[in-house]
Amino acid sequence: MTPLAGCLLVSSMLFAVGLAGALTRRNTILVLVGIELMLNSANLNFVAFWRFGPHSQDGADSMTGMIFVLFAIAVAAAEAAVGLALILAVYRHAKTTDLSQLIGRRP
Amino acid sequence: MQPSDQVFVLLKHWLVGQSPSMLQPAVSILLTIVPILLIFPVLFALTTVLERKGLGRIQNRYGPNRVGFFGILQPMADAVKSLTKEDIVPASADRAVHFLAPLVLLAVAFVPYAVLPIGRNMIAANLDAGVLFFFAIGAISELSVFMAGWSSRNKYSLLGALRAVAQMISYEVPLLLSSIGVIMAAGSLSTVEIVEKQAGFTGIFPHWYVLTPWGFVGFILFMIAATAETNRSPFDLPEGESEIIAGYYIEYSGFKFALFFLAEYLGMFAISGLGITLFLGGWLAPLPFLTWIPSWIWFFGKLLAIVVGFIWVRGTLPRLRMDQLMNFAWKFMLPMALVVVVAAGAWRFLPQGVTRWLISIAFLAGAYVLLARGVESRNKIAKRTYRFAE
Amino acid sequence: MSTPFFILAAVTLAGAWGAMTLRGLVHCALALAVAFAGIGALYLNLGAQFLGLAQLLVYVGAVAVLIVFVILLTRGGDADAPRLSAASFAPWPLAGLAVAAAVFAVLGWAIFHSSAMLSPTAAAPQNNIRQLGVALMDAYVLPLEAIGLMLTAALIGAVVVAMKEKP
Repeated sequence: MTPLAGCLLVSSMLFAVGLAGALTRRNTILVLVGIELMLNSANLNFVAFWRFGPHSQDGADSMTGMIFVLFAIAVAAAEAAVGLALILAVYRHAKTTDLSQLIGRRP
Repeated sequence: MQPSDQVFVLLKHWLVGQSPSMLQPAVSILLTIVPILLIFPVLFALTTVLERKGLGRIQNRYGPNRVGFFGILQPMADAVKSLTKEDIVPASADRAVHFLAPLVLLAVAFVPYAVLPIGRNMIAANLDAGVLFFFAIGAISELSVFMAGWSSRNKYSLLGALRAVAQMISYEVPLLLSSIGVIMAAGSLSTVEIVEKQAGFTGIFPHWYVLTPWGFVGFILFMIAATAETNRSPFDLPEGESEIIAGYYIEYSGFKFALFFLAEYLGMFAISGLGITLFLGGWLAPLPFLTWIPSWIWFFGKLLAIVVGFIWVRGTLPRLRMDQLMNFAWKFMLPMALVVVVAAGAWRFLPQGVTRWLISIAFLAGAYVLLARGVESRNKIAKRTYRFAE
Repeated sequence: MSTPFFILAAVTLAGAWGAMTLRGLVHCALALAVAFAGIGALYLNLGAQFLGLAQLLVYVGAVAVLIVFVILLTRGGDADAPRLSAASFAPWPLAGLAVAAAVFAVLGWAIFHSSAMLSPTAAAPQNNIRQLGVALMDAYVLPLEAIGLMLTAALIGAVVVAMKEKP
């Protein structure tokens, strides 16, 4: 098993754990936690391919993986902020963060 | 350079050479880390005495003077006391997190010392991204402060922890922005290179960044943000003694409290060390005829001067209220730090001469006047009137 | 595949598993912070210095703290940690677990059967901060500006969404 396969396996396990949590937990915040884990696992994938995958050594091409991850971190942080603001707003109305009570709720 | 400057480096090389070749990497690493683990806690012990005596004198009283000559053995008495006190954990506290919080905080307080250049060729880890490493590890300490406050299941400690985290996050932005000016001017994130870029003298003035207009303002902003990051007075609302008893470490007693105390002072030394590296020229001498004094003496001398400054400020200024604190960070320091970045950019790209001084000073002075007026105008206080019973 | 890699991977996966299955919400958030730190350490292990430190600074220092704040603001940290009962999981949790297991199986199969596994490990790509900075300003300047706009929009949006409405 090459190091690349090891990294990819770790990132798929992270993705699966995040997906399982996002699909099964009842609290909205934990769904967001699962989503963040999935994003991080995709970033880990990128870095693994940047390190071990084939790439040309010239100029900006060799930086692509890293720069993509940098932007992905920024986007994920912004999305976490907006998602948590949404959770706060919903909590203010419905007084709960329990998904089973929020789904199909009359506003 | 001369032997007294490199005496520790030469000692380390000789000791590594003496050990068997199997163990050489391990011995080398140990010889780098163990002095850091020994020196800074000893410095912490001395600083506690200095602080208590200094605060005492500012407040017109003697500090501790019973244990040893002028109270110099006070830290030993404190150590014995904190080790023999009973370790009380509240019944409903979250045991695991309550136990881990001081450990995480202490670990996170020691790690940034790896990127501080204490002398010429004396740095534990010459990282390419040293300054970023420092700030990243500092950001982790916020989480451990929260852990300490939440796990005690005490309303006041939770309140103190939330205040502390909010304060640390708010002041992290001006801290980073004011160091970006230095990074721009030096062209590197490595602390060793930043110090080396500040070498050299024009006449008798060193090329330290604090002696440039943007560097001066940046240094002041950095030090204010550093005071807030380490929860020192006048920003010590989260742990103010008369406000919230002890904030997020109310429920800690004995040795764990001593660990918190140690971590706070270590954080203070680390961030002062970074300020010295970025702005005050690290281990460089201030005047060209003083370069014969070893580099590590200069570093510790500057560190001591900054610590004295911290103690002085603590004894002099009153505590800031939470909303005043946050207003100050977001409405004054953040715009000012942005202007420092602009002024540093102007300085970097203009040719040497009077022009770049004038432009930098114009940017900074203009921004300061506008921002200070803005902050002041909100606090219009009416003239005090007296109403007597007639 | 060195020992540090195994240890870091184990820590990260333990943190992720804890984030999804622990009882109290704050414990989940702290386990998530451990997972983030583990991923940052994995980046450092793979040689991406700037990225690993940026991950620590942004995720552990900001996103984890944000999640913790929101948990406290929605009263998730007040009550005693409830038992991990059926009430913590949505109805039909097995369906979700089955989907996750299926996704993992497909990904695992893809990893082991793709041809990229047959190539020898390449040398580490040259990276230093200067190259990263030059690339950001040179080839990737438009995405950089777009990210700036997006972060501003997210900042304003989050404040507007979470603001208290006028009574």
